[in-house]
Amino acid sequence: MVDLNLIKEFTWSRKHLLGLESLEKIEIEHVLELAKSLKEILNRPVKKVPALRGKTIALLFYEPSTRTRISFELAAKRLSADTVNFSVSSSSVVKGESLKDTGLNIEAMNVDIIVVRNSSAGTAHYLSKNVSAGIINAGDGMHEHPTQALLDLFTILEYKKKISNLTVAIVGDIAHSRVARSNIYGLKKMGARVILCGPPTMLLPEFKNLGIEISYDLNRVLECADVLNVLRIQKERINESLFPSMAEYREFFGVTRDRLLKYARPGLLILHPGPVNRGVELSPDVLDKGLIKKNIYSVVLNQVTNGLAVRMAILYLISGVGGKVEAVD
Amino acid sequence: MKLLIKNGNVADLKKKDFKIRDVLIEGEKIVQVAENIKDSKARVIDASCLYVLPGLIDLHAHIREPGREDEEDVFSASCAAVKGGFTTICCMPNTSPAIDNAGLVKYIFEKAQQLAMVDILPIGAITKNRAGLELSEMLKMWVAGAVGFSDDGNWVKNSLMMRRAMEYSLMHEMLLILHCEDEDLSKDGVINEGMVSLKMGLSGIPRESEVISVKRDIELAKLTGAKIHITHLSCKESVDAVNEAKKQGVNITADTAPHYLALTEEAVLDYNTNAKINPPLRLEEDRMSLIKALKDGVIDAIATDHAPHSDEEKDCEFNLASFGITGFETALAIGMKNFELIDLAEKMSYNPAKILGLHDKGEINPGFIADVLIVDSGMKWKLLEEEVVSKSKNTPFLNWEFKGKVKHLIHKGAVVMDNFEIKEVI
Repeated sequence: MVDLNLIKEFTWSRKHLLGLESLEKIEIEHVLELAKSLKEILNRPVKKVPALRGKTIALLFYEPSTRTRISFELAAKRLSADTVNFSVSSSSVVKGESLKDTGLNIEAMNVDIIVVRNSSAGTAHYLSKNVSAGIINAGDGMHEHPTQALLDLFTILEYKKKISNLTVAIVGDIAHSRVARSNIYGLKKMGARVILCGPPTMLLPEFKNLGIEISYDLNRVLECADVLNVLRIQKERINESLFPSMAEYREFFGVTRDRLLKYARPGLLILHPGPVNRGVELSPDVLDKGLIKKNIYSVVLNQVTNGLAVRMAILYLISGVGGKVEAVD
Repeated sequence: MKLLIKNGNVADLKKKDFKIRDVLIEGEKIVQVAENIKDSKARVIDASCLYVLPGLIDLHAHIREPGREDEEDVFSASCAAVKGGFTTICCMPNTSPAIDNAGLVKYIFEKAQQLAMVDILPIGAITKNRAGLELSEMLKMWVAGAVGFSDDGNWVKNSLMMRRAMEYSLMHEMLLILHCEDEDLSKDGVINEGMVSLKMGLSGIPRESEVISVKRDIELAKLTGAKIHITHLSCKESVDAVNEAKKQGVNITADTAPHYLALTEEAVLDYNTNAKINPPLRLEEDRMSLIKALKDGVIDAIATDHAPHSDEEKDCEFNLASFGITGFETALAIGMKNFELIDLAEKMSYNPAKILGLHDKGEINPGFIADVLIVDSGMKWKLLEEEVVSKSKNTPFLNWEFKGKVKHLIHKGAVVMDNFEIKEVI
């Protein structure tokens, strides 16, 4: 039994999770602590508690997603909620229904929480103003992906036992990344030093105004980083002239065994939000094996497991049920 | 029918001052402006403590006819214009179909004749269907009464095409109203590029998209000698470019819109689609620079860029929402937050009349058309959605409080707004 009242003298009061920009540090800490307790449930023989029994959660995904959608769905099921899937291919979106109408229709079925992913920034905000269900942002355009950042924070905390004063580098296409934005807000609130690294076409100079550093040299960044969060590179960006070729990107920004052996500090933790382009931003030998010598390893699959715990915590908090999460006998 | 406006503070645009005078109107014309005019047959409007200005002239508006009459039409646009103090509005050709031929120019005039309480003057497209590929029949449209030419919403990207249009316009010193935007630079952009776009995760439109295109058009105007008017300036660097061009004697004028004088990019925070506009709202320093440029005369006019949009085009995801906000009903009141009324009379009537070559508009003097605006400068009011006259309600100024309101409006000698009430006089 996980007694939430013992976790912290703090009451969660948010109805929606739209992004980390607006979250207080204490709220982030609360999510991480609750996720830590809930992770224990995942290792039980019966991996299910009745906390959200009778609650209905709609997964409204306008963009393709593997791990995020499954992670939310499984998190909901672990808490005994009912889930309904609404994905773009099987929905009336192809018939031209507006987001507002879709939201109102889902609401009319008395859904308690809507988890939404959409390629337009602000979609979760927009839905939160138009429907009464709790809204969880599962990625809105280039804006935010709060649960990804929370699971990244959770993973860092799990391995490093702290976040404050760590140097965390985010590598890749920062400008177009919602994962980067949410991570930046979360990491800054938790007291980390953040360095962004990538070619200038993928970095806006204004990022410096958020109190973070920018570097175009991955080798220099590795010399001081405790954590590396490697972003997926989209091939389509070549057409937009953000970089000339995958080969050139790999040569200068690819995280490879050789580069790590040469420049990285011992104990470097490597994260990636997935899906990985094997051999582009992350080489297979790093992804699968890690470097025993310097105690450097990637924790990409651990992130996936932690994502489940973090999303259970978020679903639980947004549902507003409060009290204890009790195990099934 | 005679009208006698008594004891008003009457604008003298030549001296840039107000004097207490009476104004006598007979038929469609102003016949006398003097002290103590007596005329027992005239209807008297007491303008004591009120300001008497020439009716406002809008160089840039979208009335959505033909094609989107659900958003605005000739009648609803004219009602909104009357409420805002406008007696003449120029309508842009980005309609469906585009106003790119003499037939549609005549159509607008005919619809206005039947339904409008103000003058509606069509602006023809520079290129066919505003596509930038072939010149439209500018001369035929000019003969049909088009007051100028614009591909508004699009920039004529091909420099040779723009050069040809400018050369062609020389025949009658036809006015070219230019929407300046390098669409490669602003591709996918929905708001100003900067901190706000970064935080909101929206693609930005850099100011260089405007500045570069303004500068190219200035160079082509130098080359050809064409009469150009740059519309809706949004940033400081464009102001500098226009200022420099004027010093060099280029035949150039410019306007900006009320929203650039009242708002900055912060207005879109919280994904407020009613503040989504192209060019985008920019920074406080740009806002200050535009106000200064109007005061210094670098920018000649304030034009509304009145752009009505339906609910479904605005009540949606931010990057899918249409660009544009309505402007007639708030332009003067927004102007009054930063300018004296005499300056507004100049920027919103006298100068636009000059730019359009309307020799009998823009002043309160004998012989001029009796387009007269009477303002209660102390009247406080709030913009409530239910009181918006335009068919569309897409304005970021809902629930704003203003001081200064149109009390009477006379169009060609007919009272179209009487004691704050719109009269449907056609």
